[in-house]
Amino acid sequence: MKYFTRLRVRRVYTWRGKPLRFNRKLKTFEYGSLSISVDGLPRTTIINAGQHILIEGEDEDNPYVAKVVRLFGDESGKQKKAVVQWFARVSEVPPSKLKLLGREPHPQEIFYYQGRSCDDEVNAESILRPVQVKHLDGAAPFPDSDDKDTLFVKLSWDSKTFKLVESAVVESASEPTPASSPPPFPKPSLPPSPPRSPPAAAPASRGPSRRALPTPDPSIMHRASSGDVRYRRATMSAGKASAAEAESLHSTSKLSASKCLSAKRRCSSASTPGVRKKLQLNSPEKMTREDLVDHLLDEDLESVMLAQRLSSSPPQAHSLTPLSKSHRAPVPPLTHRLVPLAHRLTPFRKTLGDPAGEDHLKPSDSPPSSAREDSTRAATPSRKKEAKTPREPALAALAEVDNENSPMLPHALTPRSSKRKSAQLVSSRIRKQLNLLDNHRLSDSDGEEEDEFVPSKKELQSSSEEEEEEEEEEEEEGLDSDEETVGKRSRRNAAGSLTPRSKRKTHVSNRTPRKTPNKKITPGTPRTPRHATPSIPSRSLPARCPGNVLEEARARLHVSSVPESLPCREQEFQDIYSFVESKISDGTGGCMYISGVPGTGKTATVHEVMRCLQHAAEVDEIPPFHFIEINGMKMTDPHQAYVQILQKLTGQKATADHAAALLERRFSNPAPRKETTVLLVDELDLLWTRKQNVMYNLFDWPTRRHARLVVLTIANTMDLPERIMINRVASRLGLTRMSFQPYSFKQLQQIIMSRLNKVKAFEQDALQLVSRKVAALSGDARRCLDICRRATEICELSAAALVGMSHVMEALNEMFSSAYITAIKCASVQEQLFLRAVITEFRRLGLEEATFQQVFVQHQALCRVEGLQPVGVSEGLAVCQRLGACRLLLLEPSRLGVLQRVRLNASQDDVLYALKAD
Amino acid sequence: MPAQGMYGLWSMIKKGEYTENCNKAKHSSIMSKRKVQDAHLPVGECITEVQKMLRERLCHQRLPDKPEGVEAQHRHLLELLKRTAIHGESNSVLIVGPRGAGKTMLLRCVLRDLLEDKEAQTSLLQVHLNGLLQTDDRIALKEITRQLHLENVVGDKVFGSFAENLGFLLEALKKGDRSSSRPVLFILDEFDLFAHHKNQTLLYNLLDVSQSAQAPICVVGITCRLDVLELLEKRVKSRFSHRQIHLLSSATLAQYVERVQTQLSVPDDFPDTKFAQEWNDSIKVLCEDKSVEEVLQRHYNSSRDYRSMHMLLMLCLSRVSVAKPAIKPADLLEASRLCFADAKANMLHGLSILELCLIIAMKHLNDLYEGEPFNLQMIHNEFKKFLQRKSNSMYNFEQPVIMKAFEHLQQLELIRPVDGSSAKTQREYQLMRLMLDHSQIMDALQKYPQCPTEVKQWAMSAFG
Repeated sequence: MKYFTRLRVRRVYTWRGKPLRFNRKLKTFEYGSLSISVDGLPRTTIINAGQHILIEGEDEDNPYVAKVVRLFGDESGKQKKAVVQWFARVSEVPPSKLKLLGREPHPQEIFYYQGRSCDDEVNAESILRPVQVKHLDGAAPFPDSDDKDTLFVKLSWDSKTFKLVESAVVESASEPTPASSPPPFPKPSLPPSPPRSPPAAAPASRGPSRRALPTPDPSIMHRASSGDVRYRRATMSAGKASAAEAESLHSTSKLSASKCLSAKRRCSSASTPGVRKKLQLNSPEKMTREDLVDHLLDEDLESVMLAQRLSSSPPQAHSLTPLSKSHRAPVPPLTHRLVPLAHRLTPFRKTLGDPAGEDHLKPSDSPPSSAREDSTRAATPSRKKEAKTPREPALAALAEVDNENSPMLPHALTPRSSKRKSAQLVSSRIRKQLNLLDNHRLSDSDGEEEDEFVPSKKELQSSSEEEEEEEEEEEEEGLDSDEETVGKRSRRNAAGSLTPRSKRKTHVSNRTPRKTPNKKITPGTPRTPRHATPSIPSRSLPARCPGNVLEEARARLHVSSVPESLPCREQEFQDIYSFVESKISDGTGGCMYISGVPGTGKTATVHEVMRCLQHAAEVDEIPPFHFIEINGMKMTDPHQAYVQILQKLTGQKATADHAAALLERRFSNPAPRKETTVLLVDELDLLWTRKQNVMYNLFDWPTRRHARLVVLTIANTMDLPERIMINRVASRLGLTRMSFQPYSFKQLQQIIMSRLNKVKAFEQDALQLVSRKVAALSGDARRCLDICRRATEICELSAAALVGMSHVMEALNEMFSSAYITAIKCASVQEQLFLRAVITEFRRLGLEEATFQQVFVQHQALCRVEGLQPVGVSEGLAVCQRLGACRLLLLEPSRLGVLQRVRLNASQDDVLYALKAD
Repeated sequence: MPAQGMYGLWSMIKKGEYTENCNKAKHSSIMSKRKVQDAHLPVGECITEVQKMLRERLCHQRLPDKPEGVEAQHRHLLELLKRTAIHGESNSVLIVGPRGAGKTMLLRCVLRDLLEDKEAQTSLLQVHLNGLLQTDDRIALKEITRQLHLENVVGDKVFGSFAENLGFLLEALKKGDRSSSRPVLFILDEFDLFAHHKNQTLLYNLLDVSQSAQAPICVVGITCRLDVLELLEKRVKSRFSHRQIHLLSSATLAQYVERVQTQLSVPDDFPDTKFAQEWNDSIKVLCEDKSVEEVLQRHYNSSRDYRSMHMLLMLCLSRVSVAKPAIKPADLLEASRLCFADAKANMLHGLSILELCLIIAMKHLNDLYEGEPFNLQMIHNEFKKFLQRKSNSMYNFEQPVIMKAFEHLQQLELIRPVDGSSAKTQREYQLMRLMLDHSQIMDALQKYPQCPTEVKQWAMSAFG
């Protein structure tokens, strides 16, 4: 359950180059590549045909993977589409089918998707960024040290079986061929002129990440949180104001020891320094300004983190800060040694760090000190705008890893020492503000933060189990190597490669403060009531089973007992079944309106249809689908419908407005591999609002091309669409309507018979009487069953073996006879007299209404006639009020006293009949 | 409505005290058992004991061992609740009967008998709601959640929005099933008021659960409205099982008198057996008395419910003292007189002569104009006519004085302004109606202390 309160970043998609060809029939232009840039930011990402890409999906952490086959757009350039070949992630394969794999799937494994029912055309605007996909031989082991952004294909998946896949199919685009990537040199997308402001870089990289990001590396989060306590102390002592303090506050208290432990373990096991080195060795020349900003920040924190880690003995903290700075020494061997000899090397920083840094910065054409300052400072506004959660701790963690793993940090060549203090101050101030902003913006969702404790499968796998610590390390290493590959590529395609890396970082940081505290909380621990599991306590003894035939019959006749089949609704069943089935197998959407008086089996039939369809889906006769159900009566407000649909669809909680927006997005965007959703809306009339927007949306979504939504609506009145819906709603509902007729007596009889299922408890005549009576009155099957049940009770009392006519008659009388006549018969003498007086007065006046005063005169007269002592006004009023409380009389409010008007609530004939009967 | 509201609150207050007093009663009965050995207590103690015992009975704080006259209904309801508690069968039922017919008493007796069963006692959960307290579904849902101790209850507080609470409760009920969940008994007092909630959401959902394979629940509604089913929306109505238990007493006079006797008799385990014997004998004699029978006949004619009878007996009981350790027929007559006393006529006795004169003037105006409303000016004119005829300055009052008297009458609600005319017009010309019947005025005049004869004559004369 997530609250999507983070801002979405607007990305701009533009075609690159001239159209390759033009399709006359469809009037579409085909293009070779697409560039994605974020509003107001210089960096762009290039997507070429044949490249593997990530596509925005429902799960932010696991965007869909696909290969671009073709890119095309219409003449106006407004619509941009991509034809893709899908890959399925492990999490997208149903767990039951994963067993077919015969081994544990690798977390980064993906499958070449060959299944049907998958739209291969996506909106180009859902493309996030390119991704690396490598083909592996079936037998080959998964590489150990791969980063998270490289995915592996071994097998194909066609929704039933796994097959080996040809490497050609996959690999063709894993390295963009010159033909498909028009710009052979990646620089063009980079800011061409040096003085362009770098600050925009940070958001540029962060922006898209919000939409869809790879799973955050749990180890990083561990690390980030593990050091919090010490971190703070260290930060303070190092004179760096509480950058991550606010957010670390959440996590500190909830840190588990195991996390600290694992973090430490990982720290000590520094691995693959080479990889890291390579990256950093080849990146510096091509370092862009954006990178510098990132790195500057990294380093800030990196030093802090280091300090913090080493500062378990507080006194050292001061001396440690310079130490970390010394890492920036440009001479690789030196830094190498620096790690073990941490505190003795302080001087190196001053001697080595500065000049080399200055040198290094020159290639990027900016005055050494001012540029840096600029960059940090300038980053402020854009961050305020964009960032939600400061990314510092995670960055720090990341940086820390860097520190450990690779002693040499090429970007550390930036001249740090001179302006360091001020830069840090600035950045910490930024962070503080960001924290504030963030808190402010998230104030809504803060309370629900803990709702987010459902991590994606991958996270669960890697984070909840301690044994998989190694895997985490692998991932972490993979991360580094990702850096490496990115770095490599950045020479050629800076824009493309930079984005994913920084994205990942920011993403991690985005999540860190929210996820870390939650991850280790087991569901069993006492929580806030929000997370309480709704349940009725269970009883100690199991409920007794029916003992005799009558009890058995009664149990079977209860409305709740689900019959094996629904008799008498075969035609309706067939109609609904074929309607829904066709929509599911076509992958289209549609609406159906079902009407009928209560108790005619509407909901039961739809449920039956769904059971059958679900069974069919299980045996793969039709594609799998989602069935969700809402009921207008089971919500407090029509707009809650959105909330309930969203929750049932995705498990997310959101406010009504937000849920509506999310659903709107879900149903209008082409989401790959989307299952058809069948939505049952019961008691539709309750969803009526003045503007009817709930109904409108419900019926509008199915008409969207990518929605794949089938809406079945149920209400009582046949002409509901005409009566309460405005035209645009009624029109969208369409004409697929079905009306459930009230059951005839034969059908009712059949229903009872089928329910009883050979349990001999009723006489045939008795059944017929019940069904005829009910069919004549309402045709409500519930009534019929209730009467039968009551009849069995009466039968039990009279100790008869079989329910006969007399029992049924008694039950019918109990349930259907109006109580008015009995009530009048049982009323006291004065009450009866008063009723008589009312009728006399009505006759005298010729009206059906009289004041109490008028009736009272009659009453007293009648008393005298009957030889009774006349009643007083108070007593008369009391009599009148008693009759009014039973609703034999309808009265005005009693404060009117003798002036209140009196009316009869039963017909005069009934009253007279009851009065005479004595 | 206000009458119902007042009544409901009062009865609830009494019912609420029930448990507390029950404990006390238990306590006292233990105490009294200990005293069985020394059979003779001072009369004063005996009287106190009797009064205490009977008051508990008459104030509905102690359940009768067996409900009288409703055995069939008792059995029906008990069977039904048993099936829910033991078999996990979902049900819904309405108990309908006029006020004071013993609906709640019946339910409480049934529950008491049901909970004697260990199995039922351990499994059954109870939720008590009252339409006068839970005036909308939001409050009702919170109360249900609180009484069920669902997991979103912290201490005694229920958090979360209305929608969340509803969702939570429905989810909880949905998760349960017939055989493993504890059955829940929902008792909805003043059931008809729940039908006025928006969309009848609560009723729909409760009844829907009772008609589907979810946690076993039994919905028991208590109402005095005979037309309660017509209040339910058709889909809510369809989900209701249409089981109704009517409590319509058709006791004869003999049964009524017998009921009075049993209500006043003390049980055999009374500490002082001799006193108990004497007391019961005296009650028997009382009930056979001719005048007493007449009084009871009149009460029987007026209403047959328990509540009015208890009111009468309560008044009798309070007249018992050490000096007069038995209820005499005179006590009953006096109590009856108090019960039937006319409230408005009593108020007239407290009026001044001027106010009384104004009332009489109004009566004449009413006769003259056949119930049309009148204003102060008309009354004053009528009054002046009377004064002129008598040519007697004794009642010659200034206009402001008359005005004051008039206002006083209005405050006493003996007259009330015609709806809608109160705001605009001057007070002298505001149209008014008399809230009294002629018989009330004449009665009051008869009993008014030292009423001047001319005023009396004026009142009785046909013309003003």
